[in-house]
Amino acid sequence: MAGSLPPADGVLASGIRPSPEFLARRRLKDRIMRGLLFAAASLSVLVTLAIVYVLASESLAFFRHVGLVAFLTDTQWTPLFAEPHYGILPLLAGTVTISAIALSVAIPAGTVLALYLSEYADSRLREVVKPLLEMLAGVPTVVFGYFALLFVTPLLRRLFPDLPGFNMLSPGLVMGVMILPYIVSLSEDAMRAVPDALREGAYALGYTRLQTAVRVVLPAALSGVTAAYLLGMARAVGETMVVAIAAGQNPNFTFNPLEGAATITTYIVQVSLGDVAYGTIAYQSIFAAALTLFLLTLAFNVLGFFLRRRFREVY
Amino acid sequence: MTLAAPLPAEPAPPSARPDEARPAEIRAKAAVEDLSFWYGPKQVLFSISMPVAEGCVTALIGPSGCGKSTFLRCFNRMHDLYPGNRYAGRILLEPEGIDIIGPKTDPMVPRMRIGMVFQKPNPFPKSIYENVAAGLRIRGVRSRTVLDAQVEKSLRRAALWEEVKDRLHASAHTLSGGQQQRLCIARALAPEPELLLLDEPTSALDPIATAHIEELIDELSRRYTIVVVTHNMQQAARISRFTAFFHLGRLIEFGPTEEVFTRPRETMTQDYITGRFG
Repeated sequence: MAGSLPPADGVLASGIRPSPEFLARRRLKDRIMRGLLFAAASLSVLVTLAIVYVLASESLAFFRHVGLVAFLTDTQWTPLFAEPHYGILPLLAGTVTISAIALSVAIPAGTVLALYLSEYADSRLREVVKPLLEMLAGVPTVVFGYFALLFVTPLLRRLFPDLPGFNMLSPGLVMGVMILPYIVSLSEDAMRAVPDALREGAYALGYTRLQTAVRVVLPAALSGVTAAYLLGMARAVGETMVVAIAAGQNPNFTFNPLEGAATITTYIVQVSLGDVAYGTIAYQSIFAAALTLFLLTLAFNVLGFFLRRRFREVY
Repeated sequence: MTLAAPLPAEPAPPSARPDEARPAEIRAKAAVEDLSFWYGPKQVLFSISMPVAEGCVTALIGPSGCGKSTFLRCFNRMHDLYPGNRYAGRILLEPEGIDIIGPKTDPMVPRMRIGMVFQKPNPFPKSIYENVAAGLRIRGVRSRTVLDAQVEKSLRRAALWEEVKDRLHASAHTLSGGQQQRLCIARALAPEPELLLLDEPTSALDPIATAHIEELIDELSRRYTIVVVTHNMQQAARISRFTAFFHLGRLIEFGPTEEVFTRPRETMTQDYITGRFG
């Protein structure tokens, strides 16, 4: 079936030739598999396109009522009031401020931790610390939200007595801890992928461990480390639960971390859980807000793509 | 200063024509005494003793797995980077007689004085200029003029200057393999090492780049003490003054290259260099 053996007394090798039916079956299987893989790949692309389509079409309806200029320049966001304002700036300011706090915690701490795990820690310690960190990533975000509201905010009040119960500092800090595992895990993978030959070259030249880590390994791993930062940024910008619980739901055009403010995601969850009628401007406004969020993360991804290309090291 | 281990006598020059190019006396730059080495529980070097002659090229030859690279990597304590490795014996770095592998010796001391070039080019992800300047910067050299001068000098000695002088600030990864290896040589030369270790520096290169590097080693041997590991017997014969033949972690024969290649004392050496095994 699979092949016929050459005669036992043959002198020259005549090859074990598979039958034509066997080859045909193989070709068919190959074609079916290719089709299945293509379908799986298409599905994810189609879902993305569908999301973009829904966001764009509903936003288009929104922008028929609200001018783009007003959307981008008005400093009030009050779609549910009798006299509505549709300025995205307050929500954007909340998102940017909280994400900036989160990243200013997660990027330095994550980079240092990744360098430590990759260049200093022995394998036993690494095998303990990494799973522990990944457990942190498995904690539901709602838990982080209440942790920020009920534990971190009271703690911060000892430092800033006037701190309101809803503020951006507390969820920002907690979110920094929340995205830390992603940044550590991805950066550490990138650092460990740096070939030992490079480290040996550095040590042979007289580099210390710290100099090797900071001046050779980190630059060599930069494309992967950048990707880790961008993923952390995307997580921070899109995070909902922590900010909805601990930063308040009041759109507030401020960059002061000691005040409360709603973010884009807070607004979306607030309105989509409420009783806003289908087809109203308030309803459409959540799509416009979501589109803004989508464009923001897209911009970071594109930026990351070019940064990666610019700094790519091939080994 | 005294030699920790005596160098074998030079072959007697042909009586009609005394060899005036060679200095009267060859001193040892390093002396290996009874060196053994273990990767974890596995012993891979057995009681090796030999000198490294100052201002000469010493070639280490032998079949794969014979321990010649392991031996070379003892000189700058490269084995310290991985856990479980153990040295015994001494490697004295002259003229002070510092024991390189002594437990009290900071590995930075030999590494600051010994340069190394590896099998595969391993330039840092920096510009050509910064690669060459790297060793100087970590030795505390700040002056732009000193750096510029030393980078140019090192690139010239590595026969790379003409090819890269107009793009010193381009990434080192834009160079070809052979150029990258010469860059790594320049990087090793920049801090003016007293001893230069070359671990099969041409094994990843094509014949033309190999010829370049061989010429270069010959050129460098006027100024530096070089120990080179090579798989290529012709290369060892061409470029070295002394040759050490290793087999299964033991030093089988050491002597002036001419003697090792024309009148080996050991049959095993004879068999290896004539291609009967290895």
